[in-house]
Amino acid sequence: MTILASTNEPKAANDYVGSDSTPLLSVRDLKVHFPLKRGFIVQREVARVRAVDGISFDIRPGETLGLVGESGSGKTTAAKAVIQLNKPGSGSVKFEGQELVGLSTAAMRPIRRKMGMVFQDPYGSLNPRLRAGDIVGEPLKVHGLAGSRDDYRRQVASLLSTVGLSPAMSERYPNEFSGGQRQRLGVARAIAAKPSLLILDEAVSALDVSIQAQILNLLQDLQEQYNLAYLFIAHDLSVVRHISHRVAVMYLGRIVETADSKDLYEQPIHPYTQALLSAVPTPNPIHERSRERIILRGDLPSPLAPPAGCGFSTRCPIATTACSATDPDLRTLAPNKQAACLLADGYGSA
Amino acid sequence: MVRHEYASYMTADSTINSPPLLQVRDLRTSFNTAEGKITAVGGVSFDVRHGETLGLVGESGCGKSVSALSIMRLVPNPPRIIESGEILFEGIDLLKISDSEMQSIRGAGIGMIFQEPMSSLNPVLTIGRQITEPLGVHLGLTGAAAENRAAELLEMVGIADSRRRLSDYPHQMSGGQRQRVMIAIALSCEPKLLIADEATTALDVTIQAQILELMKNLTTQFGTALMIITHNLGIIARYADRLNVMYAGKIRESGTAEQVYLNPGHPYTVGLLNSVPRLDRPASDRLDPIEGEIPDPANLPTGCAFRPRCRWATPGCEESEPALEQLGGRQMVACFESASVSDSVEIAHQ
Ligand SMILES: Nc1ncnc2c1ncn2[C@@H]1O[C@H](COP(=O)(O)OP(=O)(O)O)[C@@H](O)[C@H]1O
Ligand SMILES: Nc1ncnc2c1ncn2[C@@H]1O[C@H](COP(=O)(O)OP(=O)(O)O)[C@@H](O)[C@H]1O
Ligand SMILES: [Mg+2]
Ligand SMILES: [Mg+2]
Repeated sequence: MTILASTNEPKAANDYVGSDSTPLLSVRDLKVHFPLKRGFIVQREVARVRAVDGISFDIRPGETLGLVGESGSGKTTAAKAVIQLNKPGSGSVKFEGQELVGLSTAAMRPIRRKMGMVFQDPYGSLNPRLRAGDIVGEPLKVHGLAGSRDDYRRQVASLLSTVGLSPAMSERYPNEFSGGQRQRLGVARAIAAKPSLLILDEAVSALDVSIQAQILNLLQDLQEQYNLAYLFIAHDLSVVRHISHRVAVMYLGRIVETADSKDLYEQPIHPYTQALLSAVPTPNPIHERSRERIILRGDLPSPLAPPAGCGFSTRCPIATTACSATDPDLRTLAPNKQAACLLADGYGSA
Repeated sequence: MVRHEYASYMTADSTINSPPLLQVRDLRTSFNTAEGKITAVGGVSFDVRHGETLGLVGESGCGKSVSALSIMRLVPNPPRIIESGEILFEGIDLLKISDSEMQSIRGAGIGMIFQEPMSSLNPVLTIGRQITEPLGVHLGLTGAAAENRAAELLEMVGIADSRRRLSDYPHQMSGGQRQRVMIAIALSCEPKLLIADEATTALDVTIQAQILELMKNLTTQFGTALMIITHNLGIIARYADRLNVMYAGKIRESGTAEQVYLNPGHPYTVGLLNSVPRLDRPASDRLDPIEGEIPDPANLPTGCAFRPRCRWATPGCEESEPALEQLGGRQMVACFESASVSDSVEIAHQ
């Protein structure tokens, strides 16, 4: 797989209006494009998937940024580009002030220690042949963080109890754990090397609601205890609101709106954010029967051939002809609030 | 105990004049597995009335799908070992009729839609073939008449350019479109009951909203009863008139959506509602999840199966299993402590 530098003119990097404290992670105009190739002997590029197409965001220490959007909007690709698993075509990823784009794998290793990752599938992401203790302790070995055999055992036992598992379970194999317990193991491994940032990619999406709530509480406890920052990726908007301080909404590889969580949910600006929120049914029959809903037409367009102008214009209930001609920039509409919509000017005057 | 459950059910139903479309009485389905005998459905009784929308909700493994498959007589055998009880559809016991009689009930009497349309659609046959086939079997429509009807059906489920799309194969359609095709097939023979088992779970939230609105509108238009099976409490709150809450193979609570959501009487229902972050309420700092995990189905606890996770449990809950009893109006709860559960939750609402 070759990842190309983008041929697009880079847009002016958005000056991220945030708080005064220095960000832990700072992403600017990040692009990841995948070439689609055809041909047996001489492969030529026939199209290009603009999976992540120029996104910018900051995460401060101890803060949770929620990243929402429908499947295929580029959330996972963006997360992988942050930890340099996908080499970005262009843009900048700064972690604790250091530029990661262009770093060698060897130079990345000590930085990777400070970034834990938890995935959706607690089955696929744990090595079935390792015992739970060694799954959790692996980062300690890789980064040389255990002084002695005893110290290693002590740290593993303490990690297991931190995530609500019994240290006696360290001898078991992954298939002897339930889905919720496996996700706890995944969290224990992700925090083993004492990272300052956790990337949680649909980490609670596959869990039953009672187990999901347990893991969300665990994540909040860990954040408080260790001042962890989270990049929390999910498609469930109510879960994202619950755990996030700030939220960014993705559509077709772009961030279309970002704001403080409370603000985004109370006063969504972008028609896509409004539609997404409106599509979520709440567990309240009285509220549901009286609530008008925005039902979007059609499917997400293919990122191989995004629409001209605004990417959302083909499904937007309020799009005008201008929207299919001009691709809107993410504009700052109020402190901590940005949206990419030509029609968002009315904000603040209402 | 079974008699008690029956008796209270009769009281609840005596308010209704016309006989229900579907009456499920003490349905039990078990499997022979390597871990021993699993009782997937352990004595379930409920009705579906003409034209109503009934919800069936509960976390994974509680027996929702096996209940639906038992009604359709589609439970794989082996490993099925017993299926007992009565499933009266328009007065006919589906567990007693021949395979060919059952075949004609499936489709013409009861239609069903599953989570993954790809596994129900044949990948090597055109959409047109798959819609016209049941039209021939159940309605005797062939040739141009069948083709015309098929195009009408596709149009009805919102697929544009329907006549041309008849020659498409399933893989040429998006997930949302395939689920529309499944709805067209399920409704093509105008069944009296449509069962949708997690039919929108795999879809993105905006597409989920499209499909659910479509399903609700069409069933209302045709007077078709709808049974929505899901783990999503919001979907049931929005669409269902009444619901059954299942846990470990049994119905633990049933009633109208208002009754169950606003004044739950079973600790499991309370726990489910407290586990989900809600967009209809101000953001909360912490969730209050159900402790622990679902019991091993091969080794259910004695007495009430929810007891090990229950905050209201008393020593009596270990000795015998509570039957469904009337809490008030048409609301039924299987809990010895239902009165105090319902009181304490009402207080929490104020
Ligand atoms: N390795 C890859 N090669 C080609 N296309 C890819 C690759 N990874 C992801 N994509 C495409 O990029 C887009 C974004 O995918 P992804 O980041 O997985 O979205 P999300 O996580 O939001 O569901 C999708 O269209 C997907 O098909
Ligand atoms: N074919 C089968 N063989 C053995 N056990 C099964 C089979 N199908 C379902 N089960 C078991 O029956 C129980 C109920 O399953 P199911 O009805 O699919 O749950 P739900 O649909 O509520 O998630 C579970 O414990 C499940 O593992
Ligand atoms: Mg993803
Ligand atoms: Mg199921």
